[in-house]
Amino acid sequence: MLRELRESLVDSIVSVGAIGRFLVRVAVQVPRAALRLDLVIAQIYNAGARSLVIIMLSGLFVGMVVGLQGFQLLQRFGSEDALGAAAAIGLVKELGPVITALLFAGRAGTALASELGLMRATDQLSAMEIMAVDPVRRVVVPRFLGGVIAMPLLAAIFSVIGIYGAQVIGVQIMGVDAGSFWSQMRASVGLGDVTEGIVKSCAFGVACSLVAVYEGYNAVPTAEGVGRATTRTVVTSAVFTLFLDYLITASFL
Amino acid sequence: MNNSRALSFGTGLFMLLGFAALLFLTTQTTSHGISLMRKPHYDLLAKFDNIGDLKVGSPVSIAGVEIGRVTKIGFDTHDYKAVVTLSIDAKYNQLPTDSDASIYTQGLLGGKFIGLTAGGAETYLKDHDQIDFTQSAFVLENLIGQFLANMGKSSGDKPDAAAPAEKTK
Repeated sequence: MLRELRESLVDSIVSVGAIGRFLVRVAVQVPRAALRLDLVIAQIYNAGARSLVIIMLSGLFVGMVVGLQGFQLLQRFGSEDALGAAAAIGLVKELGPVITALLFAGRAGTALASELGLMRATDQLSAMEIMAVDPVRRVVVPRFLGGVIAMPLLAAIFSVIGIYGAQVIGVQIMGVDAGSFWSQMRASVGLGDVTEGIVKSCAFGVACSLVAVYEGYNAVPTAEGVGRATTRTVVTSAVFTLFLDYLITASFL
Repeated sequence: MNNSRALSFGTGLFMLLGFAALLFLTTQTTSHGISLMRKPHYDLLAKFDNIGDLKVGSPVSIAGVEIGRVTKIGFDTHDYKAVVTLSIDAKYNQLPTDSDASIYTQGLLGGKFIGLTAGGAETYLKDHDQIDFTQSAFVLENLIGQFLANMGKSSGDKPDAAAPAEKTK
């Protein structure tokens, strides 16, 4: 029992170290991969443009829920005018980046991991190595970069749609004054809050993309192995995202 | 080639949308913004001793109907008063010159707004006119201070009258 616990602890430390080493390996190749812009563009399309519908839908509903809940709560104190400020700060700083990252891990991360895992299982990666093409440079880095670029943009879109959703509920249905909604929002949201959201979404983009390509690239080359790599991508990405979220929030205070 | 053009188009559209969202977040949700869409309007000035937490963008209403917004808040260094610029919708251009402006609170802790009360003059306020009769914001702290001071005074005056009242509680 105790030995199992120790082994799993050692395993998790080893995997963190392996992810770190993989990050270095990917980062070294980034400048060269940037020359093959067409590959990166295709991956931005895969990771970003194709996640757009789910991100926008989720953003709308999250914003509407924030609008409803915030209105119910603020109404008790007779200060429902602060709804705009509450919704905007909540969405821009927390909900936007975090929920986008979780959805991104589920929608784009799993696709990346299973694609790379299947390439590994069907020996496509080994074939590239035989042809003296570095699979990290040709396959992994464009996917990583695509995710890193797409994630902050997705988070920003999520926040904007969410604010729109909160506005629909608050102003158009619950009858909060539109001017107070926007003016209180402008008065209380600083540029620092937006920056915090952008920093978070960039960090989550790096973390989620890295975990996805790492798990896919190092998947056990069997059907079961690819499945496990996909599952682990979601779990590890979610844990990393929430952990980083705490760290970044604390450092911005 | 055609396929790759379509791909680039989709990606470009996505990235433009993303940057538009970022632009919206930085300019429209923060105070560093640029305001869009202005209806025809005219400006009135009003000086207040104290505006409380009146903000740029707070509504201006008359008889409970919103007719404009606060667009600028400044400070007059000569008579130490706050100078508030009200932007009034151009279709409400028949406000008498002796109208008065007061600052009210929405709800108990809500935001402030300016309420105008029409006067009886025959002439109307024009662009950049000043509203002469104003009433400042009601500041909760001052009121509590006054209330406490009054309490202290009345219990000091009649100590024996206050004592039985305490007991009945």
